[in-house]
Amino acid sequence: MGFFFVLVAIVAAAVLWFIGVYNRLVGLRNQVQNAWKQIDVQLKRRHDLIPNLVNTVRGMMKFEQETLDRVISARAKAVSATTVAQKGQAEGELTQALGRLFAVAEAYPDFKSNQNALQLQEELTSTENKIGFARQFYNDLVMRFNTAQQVFPANLVAPSFGFSPAEFLEIAEADRVVPVVDLSTSAPAAGGPAAGAPGAGAPPAAPTA
Amino acid sequence: MSGVTHSFYDLQALNRRKTALLIVGFVALFALVGLGLDYYFLGTEPFDFTGGAIPIPVATLLATGFAGLSALHGYYTGDRQVLTATRSRPADPRIAEEKQLINIVEEMSIAAGINPPPPVYVLPDPDPNAFAVGRDPRHASVAVTEGLLTALNREELQGVIGHELSHVRNLDIRTMTLVAALYGGLVLLSDFAQRGLRFGFGGGGRSGARRGGNKSQGGGGAILLILWLALVILAPLLGRLLALAVSRSREYDADASAAELTRNPLGLASALRRIEQATEPTRSIGRGAAHLCIADPVGRAANQGEGAWSSFWGTHPPIGKRIATLESMAGVMGSPERPIEGPPGAPGDSPGA
Repeated sequence: MGFFFVLVAIVAAAVLWFIGVYNRLVGLRNQVQNAWKQIDVQLKRRHDLIPNLVNTVRGMMKFEQETLDRVISARAKAVSATTVAQKGQAEGELTQALGRLFAVAEAYPDFKSNQNALQLQEELTSTENKIGFARQFYNDLVMRFNTAQQVFPANLVAPSFGFSPAEFLEIAEADRVVPVVDLSTSAPAAGGPAAGAPGAGAPPAAPTA
Repeated sequence: MSGVTHSFYDLQALNRRKTALLIVGFVALFALVGLGLDYYFLGTEPFDFTGGAIPIPVATLLATGFAGLSALHGYYTGDRQVLTATRSRPADPRIAEEKQLINIVEEMSIAAGINPPPPVYVLPDPDPNAFAVGRDPRHASVAVTEGLLTALNREELQGVIGHELSHVRNLDIRTMTLVAALYGGLVLLSDFAQRGLRFGFGGGGRSGARRGGNKSQGGGGAILLILWLALVILAPLLGRLLALAVSRSREYDADASAAELTRNPLGLASALRRIEQATEPTRSIGRGAAHLCIADPVGRAANQGEGAWSSFWGTHPPIGKRIATLESMAGVMGSPERPIEGPPGAPGDSPGA
């Protein structure tokens, strides 16, 4: 009789453990998918801020038409990108274009004294940071999700439950090179944004089960 | 950290183990004092099921109930109290500095996965300081002093907010409420026991060796009693030391977690250096909220020094050690280069800072 109870207890514990592992993995997988979408939310925010910025600085930066145009066309490309690879490429170009714009703007005294322009700069800085942190958070979650699948003894059952490791956001090698912005004015030589940052790179396929 | 360098992951794990052990120790202390009280003074025989009765350690249960209620009370009302007591006001997005603060809180919330970002408050105090309140990420708030906004640049502010949000994410406020409740219960028990001694509680208990010829009476039993009495007298002191140790390990964990969020430990290190330079205490923040702040607001001597005294009596680890730990994290991460803060020349940044 006692032996029977022990057996039941062991089976019950095992079942509870299975349920626990499965639920934890489901929760993590959903968090990973959500984090992926959140990156898009921040990217869209950036797209929406740019027309305002361009209009604000157009008047004071008459000699920088080329820089402004690059921002406008990069934004258009990013908005119309469809595949994940296209998006990654376009967003990276947009980051570089914006970086160049702000580096150049430093040389204009009008810029620094214009409250609107400074506010916009802060908003764009914040948006760049948010994009970066959204990507960082996604990668952190991928790490947690993959670890949860790979530790023992969960690794024995995770594949049969239908879970597979998610992919980290990758930076394309070409984008790791820091572009050098040559400013022949006396403005501080800015290196432009280091493209190894989250601003560039082709994201992998969106996470699936 | 004695030559061994740790990543922020290692440091988080280290400090969480430490906190867990300290709390286990605290609970053990609580149990020893409480159950001893029941055994010696109230005559509860632990394993005596004769007559079908179950021995109930009344004193321990009462103290646990008291601790539980005060924990729940602190848990649910704590944040409201601290915010009102410190005259905080919501951050005003029309002021450029405060809009930047709100942006930084949103950025750190994204990095921490806290959704929606907690409301931000500002204290009209010239001394730089910051704190977070709230029982979990959904009910949290962050507050900074006006002095902090003036003193720090964007990178440093980001580090401080990362530290505060880490307190929220790591549920430190919950932990400290638990510790405070345990301490309260412990003091209650110890007090009760000491009163019992003074007024002769022998009636229901064994201290008078009323029931002759019982098992553990005699030399061994007497020594045990004396040891227990020593524990009772020392309990409030031990409890305080344990609580302070938990507070310090939570601070180290928050520093490491901030480094995880920003991936920029030097930003926080720089902020701590600037905060340390401000010598005035933050008058708006009282003693009760002190453990929630990034730096001790009361200006206690214990938190200023670096020696053994501070090691036991400070709510916060010495700032010098915190800075050194953060710098060693930066070393482990490979390079102290700043990660991208967006387009260069963000307002408030000093060049090359």
